[in-house]
Formats: sequence, structure tokens, C-alpha cells
Amino acid sequence: MIYRESGQFITSYRADNRLFKLHQDRFSFYALLAFAFIVVPFIGNDYWFSAVLIPFLVLSLAGLGLNLLTGYAGQLSLGSAAFMAVGAFAAYNFHLRIEGLPFLVSFFFGGITAAAVGVIFGLPSLRIKGFYLLVSTLAAQFFVQWALTNFAWFSHNSSSGVITAPPLIILGHDFSNPVGRYLLTLTIVVALGLIARSIVKSEIGRQWMAVRDMDTAASVIGISVSKAKLLAFGISSFFLGIAGSLWAFTYLGTVEPHGFDLTRSFQILFIIIIGGMGSISGNFIGAAFIVLLPILLSVISNHLLSGAIDAGQLENFQKIIFGALIIFFLIKEPNGLAKYWQTFRQRARVWPLRF
Amino acid sequence: MKRNLGKIAKILISIGLSATFFAGNAYAENEQYFPLQSYRIGPYAAGGSGFFGGFIDYLQYINTKEGGVNGVKLTWSECETEYVVEKGVECYERLKKGLNGAPAAATNPLSVGIAYATLERSTADKLPLITINHGRTDSTDGSVFPYVFPLQLNPYSEVSAIINYIGTKSGGLDKLKGKKIVTLYHGSPYGKETNPILELLAKKYGFQLTLLEVPHPGNEQQSQWLTIRRDKPDWVILRGWGVMNPVALKTAQKTGFPADHIIGNIWSNSEDDAAPAGAAAKGYISITTHPSGTNFQVLQDIDKVVVKAGKGNLQDPKRFGTVYYNLGVENGILNVEAIRVAQAKFGKRPLTGEEVRWGFEHIKLDDARLKQLGAYGLVQPLKLSCADHEGGGSVRFQQWDGSKWKVISDWVQADRKLLRPIIEQSSHEYAKEKGITPRDCSKES
Repeated sequence: MIYRESGQFITSYRADNRLFKLHQDRFSFYALLAFAFIVVPFIGNDYWFSAVLIPFLVLSLAGLGLNLLTGYAGQLSLGSAAFMAVGAFAAYNFHLRIEGLPFLVSFFFGGITAAAVGVIFGLPSLRIKGFYLLVSTLAAQFFVQWALTNFAWFSHNSSSGVITAPPLIILGHDFSNPVGRYLLTLTIVVALGLIARSIVKSEIGRQWMAVRDMDTAASVIGISVSKAKLLAFGISSFFLGIAGSLWAFTYLGTVEPHGFDLTRSFQILFIIIIGGMGSISGNFIGAAFIVLLPILLSVISNHLLSGAIDAGQLENFQKIIFGALIIFFLIKEPNGLAKYWQTFRQRARVWPLRF
Repeated sequence: MKRNLGKIAKILISIGLSATFFAGNAYAENEQYFPLQSYRIGPYAAGGSGFFGGFIDYLQYINTKEGGVNGVKLTWSECETEYVVEKGVECYERLKKGLNGAPAAATNPLSVGIAYATLERSTADKLPLITINHGRTDSTDGSVFPYVFPLQLNPYSEVSAIINYIGTKSGGLDKLKGKKIVTLYHGSPYGKETNPILELLAKKYGFQLTLLEVPHPGNEQQSQWLTIRRDKPDWVILRGWGVMNPVALKTAQKTGFPADHIIGNIWSNSEDDAAPAGAAAKGYISITTHPSGTNFQVLQDIDKVVVKAGKGNLQDPKRFGTVYYNLGVENGILNVEAIRVAQAKFGKRPLTGEEVRWGFEHIKLDDARLKQLGAYGLVQPLKLSCADHEGGGSVRFQQWDGSKWKVISDWVQADRKLLRPIIEQSSHEYAKEKGITPRDCSKES
């Protein structure tokens, strides 16, 4: 009943191209945006902004980047964190070395640089596939980290290799406080999320999915497989690069190459596996799972078991619970948490009848 | 399917419940709170459990023996970071507001990464950030970094003191001319940090410096030590971390370089660095800001009041009096002293972070005060001010006798006059980049 579609007929090509075809979807999306932009800044506190919401948003964006590559174009990658690092360090250097460059433009250039690096490391995908490609993207992971540590130029010759965020001033407005950083991150993530959604619904997206499902068939019907693959690497790395700059500048305010290590790549991979491959909303659900669950477990254990178990043991215990939950969800729903949302919608559509 | 939805609902409900946990705490009067971003698991667990063990034991000791600082009880809670920066930030944000109404005094992450990530936050939140023996060198300049305290020893002072020691050993700094010194450093930002200063000192004193990098994590050093054997240097400075240290000592033995001509830096100086190398470590020299051992009044007292009473924090009682544990105790002494100093000005009550910062800036530990604290010989004489957030800059040298460390020198001072302009140049650059107007320290009281 909630999702009743009756009476919503598509009468124009434009209407058919809308992001959300059902007005229920549109309404809930706008309501969610309004909540995030207007209500949250008033009800949230520093802790929620700085430690929960901002990393959640940034990781969602990173997941989105990888999902475009892996979920939609079918190219496996373990180099996500490396592309984030490229984005962060490039944005930093653009901002530092070009006097008066607007902040958002340096972000954009950071993303473009990451895209360029992504395309270079995507070249092997033209010859190798699947598991072997996964291993070759590891090269990106190690190379970028090595280069950033070894050449002090990237970190402005900072003796410790750590870069710090420039003041977040956009159009004369200072976004350095927690609410400002949250709103800035949210705006960028929402904008890029909408762009991603448009991309996967466009011709490029359909080409990607064709390549993903069977590249031989795709080339037979006239799709340039190599172009599609490289484009996927480029666009995905652009998203990851922006996520990296956000991670460095709006979340931590500082970053060292070590912050973008293999663990981070795995984290992003888990986000899309848990959230759902080939789904936009899945990235947000997956990131929420990865960010919120450990915090939730630690808060619960702190309050319910305070002092009973050693702090370190508790952390190990949480890892076990976390791992077990991941396995459980994946066995129950290999298509990720996003699938639950789809199922829910389908049930809601026929409610009160049984699904 | 239906069952799964039910489970999700349960998870959502528990998220809601946990949110209410954040609110609704009873007010704890007359308590001062320490948010501890500790790490007891992960690759740095040995350091974390020792340091935070000593820190907690000292706070416990002050509570038990003296009923807190002037009647203000000390409380703390731990948040496990695993030395991971993001977790450290999360812990910082979670704990910075205090506990049950007890205001937070200072944060002590004992991690360069976490310190960097919370540096600007601490300044904005007016909460002192203590980076004892590590951290950002230029935060020594308190006029630009009002809330950051690299207490006792910053990385630049560290190498300067080592070179001064080598100078004394060689019969005067002028004898350094023509000497060969190799620095073996960990291939990370931390490892590289002091290279420019070493080069500066090499130019000043005319010794021949070779910088050799060991890639992370450091268990492959054959080629570096072959280079060392070929060069036959007079001294090797070991700027290592973790597994790199015992491997260095073992490889040195294999290539025939004497251990008593290797000088370890501040993070190569624990029992966990020397003991795993076994016999190869015998004679190995390292610097320390706090001798290990239990022969200090304050440690004996902690043993009596806290450990023997079964309230000790260490899981392995054998680690009592080790380098990391004593660093924790030392850190406790300095934090508590800051509160005591600040209470003398602001009143005997729980203090805000801003007031505790004032306390840190007015710490003055001379020999008499150190004797009162039972920490004479354990902690170096220290005098902090608005302009100087390091205060000491001295180290002692210790030698591994095969089973424990033995102190072999008095306090050796770094060339702080030489380093100060470099520090100020860097801090002023930071101030310019961030648009900070440095405080005028002559106007601070």
C-alpha cells in the first residue's frame, strides 16, 4: 500500500529518465535530504559530527567509487585506498602551490589526478581479468604509498610526512567547525551520489554492466570494451580521490600516507560487499554498518560490562562479533544489505497481502 | 525473511538505546577526569599496556595515598585505539567532554598519528594534548601551539643530545671532526624526521654522516649492515621501531659491529627492544628520559600502595619498573603536577582544560621538588613556560647488561640554543599557513 504504483504513468521520455520514478521514492528522498541538511545540524553534537557522521559519509563515497568499478563494471580492485591517497595529496599540493585556488577547485583537481593515476593502473585490466587483476591493483596500493613516503615533495617537505588541512574557507565562509565540515561533506557526497546515479543509468552505465556480465558479448554488440574499462577506472578513481581529500581535510584534518594502507582498501571492499554490489544506496548502508557497528558494540560493552573485561580483550571480542555478523549477513543475503531494502519495498508494495 | 527484518529492527532499537546512554549520567562532584586513548592490542600493544599501566597506577596511587589532588579525586576511562588514527579520533571525540560531569584534564594519546589528528581539535576544545617524548617538534613553541606539550624531549633534542654524548665520549665536541657516524633509521615519517638536524649537526661539528634507511617493518637489514661493515663507522645511531631494533642488534653481531657502539633512540630503548636480541644486545646503549628499575621512592610507594594491594593495572607484574611502565609513571607525575600547580592558582576544585594548560605551562620541577615527589633521578629537572612547552631536553644513557638496563651517564643536555631558531621558523610557518597570531609570551603570567 505504501508503495502503490497505480496511477503513476510515464507519459514522456523525460519522466522515464527520472532518478526516482515513484513519487513515494522522490518524497522520501527529499525528506531524507531535508533531514540531513536542516534537522541534523541542530540536533547533532560534536561527537556525532566528527566521529560518526563525517567518516560515514566519506566512506560511503569511497564505497560508491569502488562500486562503480567493481559492482557495475565488474573490475576487481584492491587499490582503492591508494587512489584516495592520490586524491588527498594532490588536492593538498594544488591548494598549496597555486596561490588563491578556490578550495573546491583543488578538491576537483585532486579527483582528476586520482582519475589519471587510476587509468594508468587500469591499463592491465585490458589484458587480465578477475583475480589476477585484483592482484595487479595491489601494485597501485604499494607503489603510491611508497612514493608518498619516499618523496618529501608530496608532503611539502614536512619532516614527518604528515600533511595538515588548509583552512576550509569557501566563498568567504569558514567551514572548519564540526557542523560546517559535516555540511560540506554532505553536500559533496550528495552531489557526487546523484552524479553516480545518473552515470549508471546512462549509456556508460549500461556499457559497464554489459562488460561486467560478459565482455565478449559486449564487444560483439559494438561496445568498446577497453574504453568502457578505462572509463570505469577513471571515474571510479575520481570518486575515490574526492573521498580521499574529504577524509584528509574534512574528517581528520591531517593525513599521512600510512593512513591509506591496504586495511583501508579492504574496509572499502567490505562496504560494497556488505552493502551490496551494483547498488548506489548499498554503499551508504554498508558504510553505516562498518562505522556504526563497532562504535555501538564498544558503547554497549562499556555500559553493560564496564570493568568486567579487559579493554583490549573487549576490542578483540568485538572483532569476533563483527566478523560473525558479516558472515551471517552474507550467508543470509549474498547481495548485501541493500537487497533487504529492495525486499522491504516489494513487500510494502503488496501489503497487507503476503509477499 | 520476516525473521531477518525482525533482527534488523532489534539492531535499530539497540542503536536507539545506546544513544540514550550518552545522556543521563549522574553528576560526579569533585572529580578530575583523564580520557585515556589507550592501546592494549595491535602491533604496539607492548608499549601501550606498559605506558597506560604506569599512568593508571600512578593516578590510582594519588587517589589511594593522598585522596586525590587536594581532595579532588582522579578518574579515568579507557577507549581502545589499537594505535589506529581514526579510532583515536573517535575516542577523543567521545571522551573529551568528561565523565559524569568530571571535566577532562588533558589527553595523552602516546601516538604521533593520533596526536597530529587531534592537534587542532584540542586547540579548538581548549584541552591540553600531551605528547611526552614524541610528537610535533615545533609544538615546543607554545606561543603558536598553546595546547600542545611535547614534554621533556622533542625529536630534535633527542638527536642533539646523542651527538653531544658522542662528543663527550670522544673527549670534547671538537674531537667529532672526521668521525664517522651512521644513522640507521626506520623507513617512515617518524624515522626520517630527524635527518635534517643530523645533517645540520654534521656540518657544524664536521663529522661524516651516513644515513641508511631500513624499509618497514625492518626485519631485513643485511645490506645496510654490510655497508656499515665496509664503512667502519665510529658510532651507529639506531632510530628504530618495533621489530627493527632486535633485528638490527642481531645483524650487527653477525657482521661483527660491537653493540656498545650502537646508540638507540627514545623508541629503541625498552626491554622489548633489547631482550629479544639475546646475547647480541649485551652492551647496547640507548637514551632514556627515565631510568628503568624500581629503586625510586615513588615506584616503591606505588608497589606498596597499589600493586601489593592488588589494584595494579599490569597483567604481568614482572613488567613493573620497565621502561614503558616508568614512562607512564613519569607521565602521571607531570599530569598530576600540572593539576596541582593550576589548583594553587584557580582553587582546589576540578579544573577546566584551559586551567590545566596554565598548570602545565607553570610546571617547575627542581631537585627539591623531585625529592618531595620521590622521583629524584627518575624525572629530569623541568621548567615549562608559555614559550617553551618542552622544558627539559635532557636524556640519560643506559646500557643493556644482558638482562636489564643500567644507567651509565648523568643528564646530557641537547643543544637547545641551536635548535630553537629552527623550531621557531617551523612554528611560524605553521602559524602563517593557518592564520594564527602567536601569543605574546612576555605578557603571560
